[in-house]
Amino acid sequence: MEFKTLLTIVIAAVFVNNFVLSRFLGLCPFIGVSKRLDSALGMGMAVIFVMTMASLVTWVIQYYILVPFGIAYLRTIAFILTIATLVQFVEMVIQKTSPQLYSALGIYLPLITTNCAVLGVAILNITEELGLIASLVEGFASGLGFTLALILMSGIRERLEVCAVPAPFEGLPIAFVVAGLMSIAFMGFAGFSL
Amino acid sequence: MVLSQLSPVLSSPLSVGALGVLFGASLAFASRRFSVKVDPRVQKIYEILPGANCGACGYPGCMGFAAALVKGEAVPTDCAPGGEALAKRVAEILGVEVEAKERQVARVHCGGGRSIVKNRVEYIGLQDCTAASLIGGGPKECQYGCLGLGDCVRSCPFDAIHLNAERLPVVDPDKCTGCGNCVMACPKQLISLVPVSCRVHVLCRSFDKGAVVRKICSVGCIACNKCNRICPVGKEPEEKAIIVRNQVAEINYNTCTSCGLCATVCPTHTIVDEVERQVAFIDDQCVGCRLCLKACPVGAITGELKQLHRVDPDKCVGCGICVEKCPPKISAIRMVPRKPAQKNEDAA
Repeated sequence: MEFKTLLTIVIAAVFVNNFVLSRFLGLCPFIGVSKRLDSALGMGMAVIFVMTMASLVTWVIQYYILVPFGIAYLRTIAFILTIATLVQFVEMVIQKTSPQLYSALGIYLPLITTNCAVLGVAILNITEELGLIASLVEGFASGLGFTLALILMSGIRERLEVCAVPAPFEGLPIAFVVAGLMSIAFMGFAGFSL
Repeated sequence: MVLSQLSPVLSSPLSVGALGVLFGASLAFASRRFSVKVDPRVQKIYEILPGANCGACGYPGCMGFAAALVKGEAVPTDCAPGGEALAKRVAEILGVEVEAKERQVARVHCGGGRSIVKNRVEYIGLQDCTAASLIGGGPKECQYGCLGLGDCVRSCPFDAIHLNAERLPVVDPDKCTGCGNCVMACPKQLISLVPVSCRVHVLCRSFDKGAVVRKICSVGCIACNKCNRICPVGKEPEEKAIIVRNQVAEINYNTCTSCGLCATVCPTHTIVDEVERQVAFIDDQCVGCRLCLKACPVGAITGELKQLHRVDPDKCVGCGICVEKCPPKISAIRMVPRKPAQKNEDAA
């Protein structure tokens, strides 16, 4: 595939169509794990990992099992099953083969098993009719965009912890307001293309 | 193919069912093939640990501590929140001996609240003690005092420390487990861990000279040394339980008996005595040996040789030294609750 096309996919997935701030998918872990920078990083890494693997496996399932057998309409439920199994499998393998990696991001893997962002990237790959390499890159870049949003959010929330926030806004409310403002800021990328 | 020729009512459950069986089987296979051998004692120990993940033991969370215990790198008494009771149960599971350690609680050594010590500048910034103290030592007149912005409150995993109306932190000794998080959080290092039985404390850590302290804080230590002179522990001034060092009095909690005498003589009320002090009372068994009279540091006991001695309740500060001095065969002196009319005004 052309490098320029792949670069376009990356820029689009990270900035223009950021999964959290533009598509509003995967908000649960975004709000839940963004209180501290190091847990945000761990979560981001896990999401990149899962999204890439899920893109690969679901693409193969779609074009080698679902379409040939004429059951393409079962895509949603088949993808959910696949992703859940895949994440469980990967967690077991990591726990066995690399205890350090497991202690770094193993606890976040169950959190993103049925995250709509992971399912979203898998389905988007199919609806946009991307090839295998393009799907992989799209999955990786979407994870990267998710991580970027998480890191920005955790940096802001760590500072908010020690600011004099009005009592009704303390905790989640101000986090959502900040997320909304970040989303408006990312709208500045809309319509951007190479 | 074959599946597409069947009606969807049949083909969908068949295909999804097949997928489910396939995935289920592969997961079952993987859980066998990739199983990790875990010592069952780790799980057993983890279940009885407090689960607060406070880090007092020095390991990453309770799971980390359980793993270190089984490996033999940690001892059961490392867990401060668990205390003696937990250490015994953990030792049972591990099959090791454990020696008792007295429970420690946190104590905040500052009495200069917002009504006593004024600010020399107005602070507009992050409401965080560490951040405030980075800017010229903080907004308070006393450079060593508590800033009252709550770093310690936020660091406590057991909700045992809170700010009172004076914006000074107060530790709840029942909830405090001695984990030490607040000790590390305070940028002025005003908090220390002391054995729970020690009830007399110096509420000042200012290294400023007495004249300077007097100007900025009415309850600050002026290093007058009265406490050191009256302390009954030890003979030489350096051996006593309270010593003035670097312009501030410091209690040695290893030797302090919490008699409370230093608190009664402190002119600035810097030393607080948390014990409900009682008064000494002499029974009729007294033979008049004068041992208690000589031992009393405030001269509250009067009496002639071989005559019944008497305790002056207004002078008595309830330190209890006389009770220890009375010969065990006679035991004529004991502590009784102070009647309201006898309350000594000097007791801090």
